[in-house]
Amino acid sequence: MIQKSLKHLGLYIFAAAWFLISFYPFVFMVITSLKGRMEFLIKPVWAFPEQFLYTNYIRVIEGGFFRFFFNSVSVSVISVSIIILVSSLASYIISRVRFRLSSLVYGVFVAGMMIPIHITLIPVYNLTRALGIYDSLAALVGPYVAFSLPISVFVLVGFMRDIPLELEEAAVMDGASRMQIYTKVVMPLSKPALSTVAIYSFILLWNEFIYALVLLTSKHNWNLTMGLWNFHGQYSIDIPLIMATLTLAALPLILIYFFLQEQVIRGMTTGALKG
Amino acid sequence: MKGLDHLPWYRRPGVTISLFLAPALFFFALYVLAPIPVSFYYSLFRWDGIGERVFIGFQNWRELTQDPIFWRALKNNVTLVVISILVQLPMGIALALLLTSRFRWRKLLKTIYVLPYLMSAVAIGMLWRYIYEPTFGLLNMFLEAIGRSNWILDWLGDPKVVLYSVINAINWQFIPFYMLLFMAALVGIPDELYEAAKIDGASAWKVFWTITLPLLWPTVTNAAILSLVGSLKYFDLIHVLSGGGPSHASELMATYMYKRSFQHFRMGYGSTVAVALFTIGFVLSMVFLRATRCREYEGGGKR
Repeated sequence: MIQKSLKHLGLYIFAAAWFLISFYPFVFMVITSLKGRMEFLIKPVWAFPEQFLYTNYIRVIEGGFFRFFFNSVSVSVISVSIIILVSSLASYIISRVRFRLSSLVYGVFVAGMMIPIHITLIPVYNLTRALGIYDSLAALVGPYVAFSLPISVFVLVGFMRDIPLELEEAAVMDGASRMQIYTKVVMPLSKPALSTVAIYSFILLWNEFIYALVLLTSKHNWNLTMGLWNFHGQYSIDIPLIMATLTLAALPLILIYFFLQEQVIRGMTTGALKG
Repeated sequence: MKGLDHLPWYRRPGVTISLFLAPALFFFALYVLAPIPVSFYYSLFRWDGIGERVFIGFQNWRELTQDPIFWRALKNNVTLVVISILVQLPMGIALALLLTSRFRWRKLLKTIYVLPYLMSAVAIGMLWRYIYEPTFGLLNMFLEAIGRSNWILDWLGDPKVVLYSVINAINWQFIPFYMLLFMAALVGIPDELYEAAKIDGASAWKVFWTITLPLLWPTVTNAAILSLVGSLKYFDLIHVLSGGGPSHASELMATYMYKRSFQHFRMGYGSTVAVALFTIGFVLSMVFLRATRCREYEGGGKR
């Protein structure tokens, strides 16, 4: 009996310790964001704010936060829409139509998961300059779509393979074309996989940093990660202000997470389930 | 066999297949595949990114083999791989076991434990900078409060500790991911196996080593490959936390590649580092895949 309760105590301590380790930095972030700059320097860092100060948030918003926020939203939404369209078209053919190069095409896409972004940086930088879209949000869409493709194709092919062939055969009997089968049969049935792909890519692109760092220079084009990075350089001594920025930037994903927890978790682990 | 001649050209099988595949192949070829040979081609030039490209043969490659910073970066990458696998995977398994047990608050804990993985690396980097800050940072304040002032360090400023400080933040970011991965695998282990072991009177420790871990092993090797590939190309958090410094103590191949290319504008040499990073990653993952596949075969033989 004693041994058992000791074991339980150990479990509780482990659970609580990890709870603190993963949660306290967030508490610190929010608490600090509500403090004044002087208050932060004088009082202990873990002290609760004397009174909630929203001035930091107002300053962050006045500093152009919504511009970066909106840039991130538009790039992510446009890229995710293209990813869904392009990867579902390809996955439909790979998973359900027999043709000679099928497994090669699939293999090449999936192997793309292993390719590090850095080997593409300089060529993509040059391509972007040559296309005349350097330092614009449009520059990000191409690489964002391309680098989300391997996982998207992997997830969608895996899902579409399991859709019963009879459904498609019935449509063929009715004289449906490939395009009609794709839009009327396969796409509606693939909704769960499509939402997984959409959520996964959205999180990935919302947090993306390297391409934004290399392809964007002007302030009005920055996405949220670039905005954060430069805010940090500019106000690195005003910690409460930085923490307010971080809180605002993390908020959208945390909200999505709390409302769609199961889908988000499925989305986040999905890329790892390859054989 | 009916001829296909009656079909309009756009409905013939070959054409339809190509049209469906074309958009994805276009993006993939342009932004992922073509850059690989192009990067290798650039590595043969001296070039500042804007001016003229000067062909210099394998001079960049010769420089790379003698570049102490590159070797330092590679060594740091290997350290990151080893620590990531040895810390993130076991912690992931431990947390996954906790959350799949009948522990009372597992739902709440799961929600909270996942949070670090949701943040962008840039945000995590900024947050951890203030945890590691030497004078008013959270960590040093905490050490002082518990009376361990002698443990206080300049976490990001001391070349001897900076790499480990940064890796610690990386672990914090990625442990939730492996936790989720192992949770998914643990759910798949049938309950009967555990029940049978319970009837035999096996201890929890023994059940873990004889049932859970062997059944989890494919996921473990999978996770190790993910960790290996991810650690070799890691960039974001290091760039934000330490910038690879001080004096290259926490430099990784990816941060070094970025520095040479986009801060010093040595695009030719930057490409060389990029190709080396790609090749090393490719070779190591192949070796690792081979090794784990062989292990699986042996395991299969024993059964």
